[in-house]
Amino acid sequence: MSQSGLSTKTKSSKSKLHLLAEEVRAEIDQELTKYPNGWSISACMPALRIVQDANGGSLTTELMDAVAEYLGVPEISVYEVATFYSMYELKPVGRHKICVCTNISCMLCGSDGIVEHLKSKLGIGFGETTDDGKFTLKEVECLGACGGAPMFQVGRDYHENLTPEKIDKILDQLD
Amino acid sequence: MANEVCFKNLHLDKPWTLETYQSTGGYEVWKKILKEKKPADEIINELKASGLRGRGGAGFPTGLKWSFMPRNAPGDKYIVCNSDEGEPGTFKDRDILRYNPHALIEGMMIAGYTIGAKAGFNYIRGEFWEPYERFEAAIHEARAAGLLGDNILGSGVSFDLHTHLGGGAYICGEETALLESIEGKKGQPRFKPPFPASYGLFGKPTTINNTETLASIPLILQNGGKWFLEIGIPNNGGAKLFSVSGHVNKPGNYEIPMGTPFAELLEMAGGMRNGNKLKAVIPGGSSTPMLPGDVMMDVNMDYDSIAKAGSMLGAGSVIVMDETTCIVKALARISYFYYEESCGQCTPCREGTGWLSRVVNRIENGQGRPEDIDLLLNVSKKIEGRTICGLGDAAAMPVSGAIKHFRDEFQYHVDHKKCMVSAAQS
Repeated sequence: MSQSGLSTKTKSSKSKLHLLAEEVRAEIDQELTKYPNGWSISACMPALRIVQDANGGSLTTELMDAVAEYLGVPEISVYEVATFYSMYELKPVGRHKICVCTNISCMLCGSDGIVEHLKSKLGIGFGETTDDGKFTLKEVECLGACGGAPMFQVGRDYHENLTPEKIDKILDQLD
Repeated sequence: MANEVCFKNLHLDKPWTLETYQSTGGYEVWKKILKEKKPADEIINELKASGLRGRGGAGFPTGLKWSFMPRNAPGDKYIVCNSDEGEPGTFKDRDILRYNPHALIEGMMIAGYTIGAKAGFNYIRGEFWEPYERFEAAIHEARAAGLLGDNILGSGVSFDLHTHLGGGAYICGEETALLESIEGKKGQPRFKPPFPASYGLFGKPTTINNTETLASIPLILQNGGKWFLEIGIPNNGGAKLFSVSGHVNKPGNYEIPMGTPFAELLEMAGGMRNGNKLKAVIPGGSSTPMLPGDVMMDVNMDYDSIAKAGSMLGAGSVIVMDETTCIVKALARISYFYYEESCGQCTPCREGTGWLSRVVNRIENGQGRPEDIDLLLNVSKKIEGRTICGLGDAAAMPVSGAIKHFRDEFQYHVDHKKCMVSAAQS
């Protein structure tokens, strides 16, 4: 499938499709069924998410190229999406990505203290990963859970009404 | 009365299941529409009578919006639900997706039927994994029960529904950016016209409604437009979810009649934390101008009352700030948000949000210059009305609002290189 009007030529002649495992392709195929014929580009966002999850939480240029090739769209279209949206990671991340909200409602409810606790507990700043590759700390914008401020997201899970003690408990339970 | 519409089943066991939803009359409206082949005009007229206005923030009358669709024109059409909830202070759609997903599905199917769409997309922000799974499970249940899919209940009507997950971008809550995002592109808003009703998703006529708007529709049609209108007040029909956050004892979502005094909502939210004094309220999400506490105490929670007081109801996201709050610091955080989330397409927004953020930040950090307050007002004015979408205005309004009511605090920061609030406390 290719989107009408867009070139499907890839810059490299060497196929990167082998980078996409069978399960990954099956999941992408499932997403492709949602969109009309000729709009395989619509599956770019879900495809990047699926590929990122299968790759330990981040993307590489080769993987983005493989997505472009699989969807039959130009590589640049995939790069544009991957660099525009904040949930795609273009550098390796730890096994657990901690996304801390510091926006207005969380700030009013003490996110400064939460951030301070996390930084000193993990010994890293925003955008950094612990030496053992376990945690990455990321500052994010409002995650839409302001009623439970202060909050953070670890992986896919939201944790609300955080206190330093609660944070210790949550993080200490993770492998 | 509280919890009469989207939160009607909140007190029941597992309110998100098909069984619970149907136990209180869920999908009966949908079945009736299919059985009677209800004319679309009748549905639209009922919605117009209900006074339902878009719950995502813009407040556009829903019945009128649906009437713009060329429903008898040949070709594909789409209904799109905007569940890209991202305006700071807003967390109501997350709870609708988690606790009442079937009302949204029924609302989307009714919308599709009315505007002539055979397919719908629900755009859920990417971080909402739990709500996404709930919604997907509900779609699965509805499909298995024959309520969704091909030739629904033998009516000849077909409708299919999909979820598209976002990737982390506030701007995709803007309807045309959202369409771009479903099309697999960067979320950059489109120039209007053409409006989505003529050129929308995949270039086809499309209606985009907010989650709460669509989830309200089954009950409006079940009980009648008049019923809904009379929950609220004229021009401000119905009940509305208010997300209360900040310095209150019981933050959370409260579904209450439009026109309820703010003082009552504050009381429902447990009153002020630590018994502190109310200083300011952002009534409709971070983009709406903040109002001083004493002004808010005389305001009712409806479009007209809040507009008269100089702000906007927005998405009903009420951020409460007590006397310990530094308004400059609060604004600095809000301004940084819009700078961070500007898509970069229009120069006044791309550059202006950076100016606002940097100047508020330097005032906050004791490096403000005498001309900075007027500079902020000047930059705000030069962004407003000069961008493709509303993000520019959203960045400008909180700045002018905060300075209008709390200029003395900004002045103190500039003059004394420190915060007035912490100086008073020490």
